[in-house]
Amino acid sequence: MIAAYLVLLIPLFGMAFFSLAGHRADSGLLNIRLNAVNLVATVWLAINVLREGTILSSGKAFLIDPFNVYLIVLTAFVGLTTAIFSAPYMEHEKEIGRLNDARLKLYHAMYQGFMLSMYLVLMTNNMGILWVAMEGATLATVLLVSLYRTPESVEAAWKYFILCGVGIAQALFGTILLYYAAEQVGSLENALLWSVLYENADKLNPEVLEIAFVFLLIGYGTKIGLVPLHNWLPDAHSEGPTPMSAVLSGLLLNDALYAVVRNKMLVDGASHSDMAGFLMMGFGLLSFLVGALFLHRQKDIKRLFSYSSIEHMGMMTFAFGIGGPLATFAALLHMTVHSLTKSAIFVTVGHASQLAGTQSMEKIRGLIKTQPEIGWGLLIGTVSIAGFPPFGVFTSEFLVLLATMHSYPWLAPLLLLGIGIAFAGLFRHIQPIVYGDKPEGQQPIKANLWPVMIHLGLVLWLGLAIPGFLADWFSQATILISGSAPL
Amino acid sequence: MNIEQLDFYTQAVLSLAALVGLTSFLMLGQGRVLRLIFVFAVQGLLLALTTAVAAYSMNIHHLYISAALTLILKVIFIPWMLRRLVLQMDMHRDVEALKNNSAVMLGGASLMVFSYYILHPIVQTSSLVMLNALAVSLSVMLLGMLLMISHRQAVAHVVGFMSIENGLFFAAVVATHGMPMVVELGVAFDVLIAAVLFGIFFFHIRTSIDSLDVDKLNRLSEVEK
Repeated sequence: MIAAYLVLLIPLFGMAFFSLAGHRADSGLLNIRLNAVNLVATVWLAINVLREGTILSSGKAFLIDPFNVYLIVLTAFVGLTTAIFSAPYMEHEKEIGRLNDARLKLYHAMYQGFMLSMYLVLMTNNMGILWVAMEGATLATVLLVSLYRTPESVEAAWKYFILCGVGIAQALFGTILLYYAAEQVGSLENALLWSVLYENADKLNPEVLEIAFVFLLIGYGTKIGLVPLHNWLPDAHSEGPTPMSAVLSGLLLNDALYAVVRNKMLVDGASHSDMAGFLMMGFGLLSFLVGALFLHRQKDIKRLFSYSSIEHMGMMTFAFGIGGPLATFAALLHMTVHSLTKSAIFVTVGHASQLAGTQSMEKIRGLIKTQPEIGWGLLIGTVSIAGFPPFGVFTSEFLVLLATMHSYPWLAPLLLLGIGIAFAGLFRHIQPIVYGDKPEGQQPIKANLWPVMIHLGLVLWLGLAIPGFLADWFSQATILISGSAPL
Repeated sequence: MNIEQLDFYTQAVLSLAALVGLTSFLMLGQGRVLRLIFVFAVQGLLLALTTAVAAYSMNIHHLYISAALTLILKVIFIPWMLRRLVLQMDMHRDVEALKNNSAVMLGGASLMVFSYYILHPIVQTSSLVMLNALAVSLSVMLLGMLLMISHRQAVAHVVGFMSIENGLFFAAVVATHGMPMVVELGVAFDVLIAAVLFGIFFFHIRTSIDSLDVDKLNRLSEVEK
């Protein structure tokens, strides 16, 4: 349990330190160190969970089970590699005069604040606190989206603030209905705790829970970026600083989906109907197809990849909606590989746009000729996210397809079509960017591509062979969510 | 349902719910920014009153704290801050001519009916009072959204946003006798931070588009212009 408290206290300390001490020359380094220490703490926590099974803290305030512990480790890992990338990136932004000390102080403090709220979302056992932490994540990132203070970034941040704020208010209404259903049962202590609700799910009123789930799905779905509530996502990703895009895509969307799945487990327990699953499948499939189609129309490289995030989140929502053990396993794997790949891609995209001095895809050209490691990084990342073998994304998409063929065969062609459209959309934009002729005077920049290599290496490894302990881990989580083992 | 036969608490909650709903409609039709903020403060006051009545009738002490929080935050601090910002930015003379005012009001009325319709299944599990309270709080949320859609000024958006929060608090107090204290504190903290952030954003928007008319925030779009 000490490990769990450490995971929360370190970013809290970091946030307090950065906001009190102001920006220093070594802030970037300190940010890396804090995240590194936290990665160690989360791994310690994960080992505890693997040895002893589910941990429930003494006041029942925190619940750590196989489902959230792997997301906690993933959060810490992506947090660390993004911090490694952000240190030289932010230095460069300061050199070219887009940022000053005060903004960098805000950036580092809010980076830690964002990490804190992500850990809190994953670890808390209280559905109300889950909501508070999710809203906290919005508040922490809204100032980061407007960090450059351009009219566009202010507009993107305002949209993000209003749409996510209003959207997530629906989720609180859903949570209140959940609490109301629990109070109807009577004699339940701490009726807002997930563990208590889950144990008594069969006693809860199914009708109230089904109404609640609609609100919860719409609320947290705004954060996942489900179509038609996705409007804030491409704007926030394209106008905010690139490290922010990496953590937004890699972590925030996952955590929102986590919240929906937790609630689905309650509703399924109460209602014994597939209503929650069907809703998720519908929204998921719509997001998947719309995301894939919109890839073709993009002009801005960060918008392109944010639509790719919408597409993949749609696929995961769809897979969790199908709900069998195979689909759940595939969705869990897809969450992992998508986070790793997407944050790696945003890191290379950040370097590529610094190199070209623009985010417009028409003007970024000749990456391989100017600086091969960035060009290849972007190309391999794109190959991976498009779902080519032998990368992990291929494995998880293949498993989702398999599960679809098994349960709803008539939906499989739609999935294949979406994957094809997305593939075409990504490559028609990326091909000239990496292979094209280099514009005159384009100079290589100082870039740190270790995070990219490590992330893509892991995705490749997951595609070739999932290590035994991880497969075991996913299986335990799958049993928890869907009730039976995948294999 | 004969209202005279109900106990004091039920009668009070039903009347207060009606008044809270009424304030939402008043906000919806209001084109003057300062009056909008005033009506919002009145809604906050009604909410604090509801919480206090619930705390008194059911003898739940932590609801007094939550009533006090609402009073400080929603009745005093946020309206005061918004009013000060509006006067500082010299916005109070802008009277917004609402297009299609009657259509907006009719839309609001249908949203209220819609809320009752959605929550109707709950009647089977509980009393009509509960249905009324929950449906009014849901419609306060939906009317808050309609307010944000129909008004152009950033200040109206903030008031709409905060009035959605009012609807949520009303549901929490009336339907569930208040959320656990730690959750209420967390939500209140979020609302406070959000209010401060909104204040900061007013200045950013003002400097970037030289007005607070959010219709002019239209640089980002799917298609390149």
